[in-house]
Order: sequence, then C-alpha cells, then structure tokens
Amino acid sequence: MRGLINYFSGMFNGIISLVKGMGVTGKYFFTSPVTIVTQQYPENRKTLEMFDAFKGEVTMPHNENNEHKCTACNICQINCPNGSIEVVSKDVVNEEGKKKKELDKHHYNIGMCSFCGLCIKTCPSNALAWGQEFEHAMFTRNKFVKTLNNEGSKLIQKKGVE
Amino acid sequence: MEFNIYDFTSFTKWIDESLNAAMSPFWVMITEMAIIGVAILAFYALVGLFLVYAERKVCAFMQNRVGPNRVGPFGIFQTIADLLKLLMKELVYIKNADKLLFNIAPFIVITASFLAIAAIPFAKGLHAIDFNIGIFYVVAVSSLGVIGILLAGWSSNSKYSLIGAMRSGAQIVSYELSVGLSLITMVILSGSMQLSTIVEAQANGWFIFTGHIPAIIAFVIYMIAATAETNRGPFDLAEAESELTAGFHTEYSGIRFAFFFLAEYMNMFIVASIAATIFWGGWMPFHVPGWEGFNTVMDYIPPFIWYIGKTAVIIFIMMLFKWTFPRLRIDQLLTLEWKYLLPINLFNVVLMAFIVLMGWHW
Amino acid sequence: MAEIIQDIQEQEYLINMGPQHPSTHGVLRLVLSLRGETVLSVQPHCGYIHRGIEKMCERLTYQQIIHLTDRLDYLSAHINNHAVCMLVENALGVELPERVKYIRTIMDELARIASHQLWWCSFGMDLGALTAFFYGLRDREPILDIFEESTGGRLIQSYYTPGGLMKDIHPGFQKRVKDFIKMFRKKINEYDQLLSGNVIMTQRTQGIGILTEEEAISFGVTGPSGRGSGFECDIRKHHPYSLYNKVEFKEILRTEGDSFARYSVRMDEMRESLNIIEQLIDNIPAGDFSVKMKPVIKLPEGEYYQRVEAARGEFGVFISSKGEKYPYRVKLRSPNFSNLSALHSIAHGQKIADLVAIGASLDYVIPDIDR
Ligand code: SF4
Ligand code: SF4
Repeated sequence: MRGLINYFSGMFNGIISLVKGMGVTGKYFFTSPVTIVTQQYPENRKTLEMFDAFKGEVTMPHNENNEHKCTACNICQINCPNGSIEVVSKDVVNEEGKKKKELDKHHYNIGMCSFCGLCIKTCPSNALAWGQEFEHAMFTRNKFVKTLNNEGSKLIQKKGVE
Repeated sequence: MEFNIYDFTSFTKWIDESLNAAMSPFWVMITEMAIIGVAILAFYALVGLFLVYAERKVCAFMQNRVGPNRVGPFGIFQTIADLLKLLMKELVYIKNADKLLFNIAPFIVITASFLAIAAIPFAKGLHAIDFNIGIFYVVAVSSLGVIGILLAGWSSNSKYSLIGAMRSGAQIVSYELSVGLSLITMVILSGSMQLSTIVEAQANGWFIFTGHIPAIIAFVIYMIAATAETNRGPFDLAEAESELTAGFHTEYSGIRFAFFFLAEYMNMFIVASIAATIFWGGWMPFHVPGWEGFNTVMDYIPPFIWYIGKTAVIIFIMMLFKWTFPRLRIDQLLTLEWKYLLPINLFNVVLMAFIVLMGWHW
Repeated sequence: MAEIIQDIQEQEYLINMGPQHPSTHGVLRLVLSLRGETVLSVQPHCGYIHRGIEKMCERLTYQQIIHLTDRLDYLSAHINNHAVCMLVENALGVELPERVKYIRTIMDELARIASHQLWWCSFGMDLGALTAFFYGLRDREPILDIFEESTGGRLIQSYYTPGGLMKDIHPGFQKRVKDFIKMFRKKINEYDQLLSGNVIMTQRTQGIGILTEEEAISFGVTGPSGRGSGFECDIRKHHPYSLYNKVEFKEILRTEGDSFARYSVRMDEMRESLNIIEQLIDNIPAGDFSVKMKPVIKLPEGEYYQRVEAARGEFGVFISSKGEKYPYRVKLRSPNFSNLSALHSIAHGQKIADLVAIGASLDYVIPDIDR
C-alpha cells in the first residue's frame, strides 16, 4: 500500500515540478519581447557607449595643439609584461644648447597586449590612457602595431618653465 | 464545379472526374499520384522550413533572445538561407563506412515521415487517402523511421553514432507501445479507425471533452510518448549533444544531415496533427452543444484554419517541453515507459471501455 | 557461439571524449572505456592548453604576475589575483587600507556569484536544458557590467595589484551592486523552479556520482565539490583572510556527496555570497585605494604560501624568493586539477550520461587544470 502511495505521490510531485518549470519558460515566452536582453550589436553601433573605464586599447591623448605628455622615460616599456610597447626616442638640442631626450615614436602592439594596465598605471607623467575602441579585427598582423603619438606631436611644455 | 473552402469533397471529385474524362483509369491513377506527390512534397518542404524557423523563434523568446533576424524581415528567410548553405556543403564520406546503408539511411527516415502525411485529413475531403484503418496505418508507418536511424548509426562507423542508434532503438520500440495504446483508447471511444469518421464523430464536442478523464489521460500519455517518438527533447537521447556530440547523425553532413533535421520537424508535425485529429477534433470547429449562435460563428472559420491552429498549439506545447526540461537518462526513459506510462495506459483502456459500455460518453 | 558472446561481453568500448566535445567545457580529453552505456574507467588526459604559466612567472615581476593568474581560472580571476597580492603584501608586511579590503571582498564574492551562475548555465546545458544556459548568462550580465564599470574588464580584470587596487571603484558601484542583489534574489528562485526542483533533474543527480568524504580528502577535492561530500574546507571560514572574519556567513555543507549535493551547495553559496555583499556594500569606508609601494618589489628571501577560496576550491600560490625582483619558483595549487583527479573514482560504474552530469557538477575550468 505504501509503495502504491509513493508511486502516485512521486508521480504527482514530478508532474507539478515539470509544470512549474514550464511556467517559467512560458512566462518569458509570453512577456517577450519586453524581456529580451540581446543587444543588436552592429545596428546599435552609433548609440553603443562603453564605460569610461573600459579597456579597449592603450592610447596617448593629445591636446588641441597636438601635444602629448610623454617624456620618453621608457618606464612603460620596462613594465609591460608582454613586450608590446617600444619607445623610440631621439636626442634633440634645445636653444640653450643642452641635449634632451624626446619622444620620436611610441610603438604599441595591440596584438600582444593583454590589457593589464601596468603601462598606464606606472607612467610617471600620465601620458597614456585607455581608449574605448574595441573593434580591433584586422586582416594583417602588422596593422596591430600602432604608433601612439601623432605625426609631428610635441611634449606639452609646462607653464612657467620657458 | 464550385470551390468551397469549407468542404473540399466536390473539388477533389471534380479533379477526379475531369481526369477520368480525359484518359484511361490507369493513367488517371498515375496522374493523381503524381499530383498528390507533388502537392505533399511542396507542403512538406514549406512546413518543414517554417517549423524550423518557428522553433528557433519560439525558443529564442523563451530564452529572452531575439532569434534569427538577419535574413529578411524578422529573419523569415533564415531557414531558406540555411537550406541553401546545406545544399552547397560537401558530403563527407567516412572511411570504412558502409556506403550503401550510409547513403540510404536519411532517405528511409524522410520517407517514413513522408508516408504518414498521406493519411492525415487536413480539411473536409482534403486528404490523400482515407483508409478504414487510418490510425493503424499512421502508427505503422511512423515507426519505420527508426530503421533509418539504426542504419545511420550502424553504418557511420563511429562510436558515438552507434551509441545514439542503440538508444534510439530502445526508445522508439518502447514508446511505440504507449502511442499505440493511447490511440486505441480513443479508437474505443470513437468506434472507428478511419480518421475521417473520427473527425466527424467529434462534431458535437471534441473527444478530449466528451471522453471524460480517460481521454485526458490518454492525451497526456500520447503527448509524452509522441515527443519521445520524434526524438525531441527531453527525450533526445539519440542525439544528446552534450553526451554524444550529435548521436546518430554525427557523421552526416550537407543535405543528408538536412534530411534528418527536416524529418525530425516533420515527425513533430505529424504527431501533432494526429493528436489534433484524434483528441481535438481535427478540422472540426469548436462546438458547444446547445449554443447555436456560437456554433455558427465557429463554423465560419474554415476547417483548414482550425486544423492548422490546433496543430500549432500542440507543436508549441512540444516546443515548451523541449526548451524547459533536462534530458532523461536511458534507463529512466525506459522506467518512465514501462513502470508508469504502460500500466496507466492499460488501466486507462479498461476504464475507457467501461465508460463506453455504460454509455457515459457523449 | 557462447565464447563469442562472452568475448563480446567482456570487450571494452573505448571512446575519446574530447579534446573537442561539447560537455568537456574546453580542451580536455577523457578516455572512457565503456561496457554498453556503463563507464568502466575514465582517464583524463590534460595538457592541451598548457601555457607554462608557472615557468613564465619566473621571468615576471610581482606586479606582472597578476595578469597571468587572471588567466588560470578566468571565472574567478579576482580571487586568484587576491592570492598573489596577499602573498606579496604579507611577505612585505604591508598594512592595507580598510577600503581596499572591503572592495576586494565584495569583488571576490561578485566573482564567485558570476562563476556559479556560469556553472549553473553549463550544468543545465549538460543535462540538456538549454534554456537554463541563457537565463544564467542573462543574469550574469549585470555582474559583468559592474566589473566593467569599475575595472574596465569583463572577464579578465587585472584589477588587484600588490598594495591595493589598480584604480578606484566607479561612483555608481554601490547602486549597481544593490540593484543586482535585489534582482538576483528573485531570479535565483526562478532557477529553483526551472531546474532544482525538476523531477528529471533530481532523478539524474540524486544518488549519482557519490564522492565520500574520505575520498574527497584524499584526492584534495575542495570547494563546493568537497563541501558537497561533507568536507569542511572553506578557507574563508577556517583561515579567514581579508574581511571574512568580520562578516557573518555560513559554510554550506552537504553530506550526501552526490551530484545533487554539489549542485545545492553551489546554489546556496550564491545566496550566501549575496548576504556577504549585503553586509559590506553600505559600509565601504573612504580612503585610499592603494598604498604606495616601491616600483620594484623585492620579496625577502624565503618561501611563501598563500591560499584563498576560489569559486571552485582552494587556490594556493607558493613562491620561493631569492630576494630578487623576480620569483625564483612559482607553484600554483589549482583547485580544478585536484578535483579532476577524483573523476574516475566518482564516475566509474555510472552511465555515460551521468558522467556528463558529474563533470558538470564538478565544474572544471580547463585552463586552470593545465595552467
Ligand atoms: S608613455 Fe609614460 S611611461 Fe611610457 S615613455 Fe612616455 S612618459 Fe614614460
Ligand atoms: S596594457 Fe599591459 S600588456 Fe598592454 S601595453 Fe600596457 S603594459 Fe603592455
């Protein structure tokens, strides 16, 4: 007798649990499309905004006079665990006749970057920042190597020094 | 000839007569077979493609997704694009596979599902053939598909396929019983095996209402067993993708794979339309005895729409099953059949016979 | 004839599950020998995604190691980093500001929830309930947004650094976390309706794949999988670090040791993590987000070990230092590797479908196994 009771109660509990589950999926079916969470990616490109902190790529912000803050100190290159930064500097002689190191090219290989953020955190002059660009796919690998400083850009001269 | 969307009998008769007037009976038969063949083929392709699309949309909505939305408005041409892609794909041959059986298997599966359509009454007078043993024929024919699945699994020379095929064999052989018995319950109620008679008998109320509790139990059992017969989730052990990658059709590619895929959806359509025909009155409109006005309004809806609507609802329920439940294990599957469904079913048959004897139906 | 039949009955049916297989969650290869559907033995073959992280660490400074421990068990990236950072801080005797501890604890628990959510998805998927997969991913999204807003990364954050954090949390952090807690408390009940109570699911997991407590201890199975067998191994409770001795939480234990026990331990852990976060989120003190460290960290000569409770079990870092800026030797104790070793003794004698469920309940992440 007990076995019989167990047989039927097991069956009914099972059926109830199944119906509950169907209730969940059914609810979402009938409340869609309100509950849809998918982002329509290529279509929403215009309105898509990444968070400020988003680590898209390493960039070197320039001001309106095409000036950046990099002093070519090489610290970012030393700190990068993957060797994806190469700082090329050149020596220039300023008006006073002193030799000074200046940034020539700041190469950044995004293909080797693991977005650890050490370069940005350790840069003593805050010359680097995260960019929000995330569509990085390229057809050839050498396009991954970017030069972060713009053509003909200069170091920002601190006020009061000259 | 008058064309009437409420009754196709005169239409089909007119075709038959005009053909008979033109040629000898032998050629009439050949032509009619060809016409029906083409019609069913077109219907088959259309329904198959639509069902694939519908399933993807339904499951997407259940899962808070959008579903296919790239090809055409709301992605309605997505399945056509997929079909074209599958047509162009390479047919990969497996080393040491049994070539003949490997090639034949998808055709067996698709033919088996094809045969069953012939007997289904879509509307009054709109069926290819009206056997007096219609139910028997449908059950017999729809279980042929398992041969194709077994062959596919065996001939692929793949271990995953073989396991899938073994599972499928055990599963379909057992669930065939439940399908048969639950249909027999309804045959007892209707007193006929002819599908057209069964539909006519439901003019005053569908069997699921007039058959009291046994009819409801039979319907539930039929739904479970039919889902299992079509190898759909939660009974998709034969292809269980998280266990066997793709089960019996692991090694198939291109259009041969598409055949298996299409056959699965057509089988779903067929079992759903049988359920609609036998439990929910087929193309018969919804009638409540005594409510004359209501009944006439219902009669204005063409039978074909009724039929499609009912089938769609049942297909939706089957989709809800698939997208809600986890998969069973093979021994639990057999336990469900032999320990639960079969005894209940046998008891149900007796109960139904008793009710019919006492004249409590109607 | 009788001989042939006997021969067939004794034959084993060898199957390679993986390296490409939907339910191994990555490039893990399991060699199964079957008789019919019954699994006779399981031999895991790992190494398909071995990257030599331990060796690479010997050429990296302590700050740089962080970006590699991220990539071990990527689902509990924060927690792995926590271990390395704490090791360095303890070795140097750095006292951390309270704010850092609060944020780290909250982030750890968020990572644990996100990881368990993903486990729940793939558990559902392995059992064949595909819808569960999408619900889990859907509810994981807010956590990833929280991470992204504050740390900049969704999966790999590299947020902790020896001495504190990379940057401060976003001003909207608290509100987002609170919204998430409110939302997820509702959704987790839905999970129960959809999967936990489901009769098919319980039939497939209860009494299946039993790991006894002795076995769990001898194989070193830790984390939710070990606690499902009654093995009290929650590092947060028994060797508290960060703020875990200040917050109140229960160590979830089940004694059945079957797949369902492991399942319910994880479900309850998600709720417990929500409680922990709730206790902390309103009290984050103001202050610095990191202490000033020397640009080149040199650990004093010696050997150090630090362990934390990652989402899948005990994660330990052993560093042997010769007083240089690079570690001399790094050894990582990854929870998944030990958990995987128990697979054979759990799964032999079960059905092949159960093996999938057992694998799902052990919740392995392959890059953590291979390192
Ligand atoms: S970017 Fe910063 S760290 Fe790198 S060279 Fe320039 S100033 Fe130095
Ligand atoms: S983010 Fe890390 S890996 Fe990328 S360039 Fe900077 S230091 Fe190198």
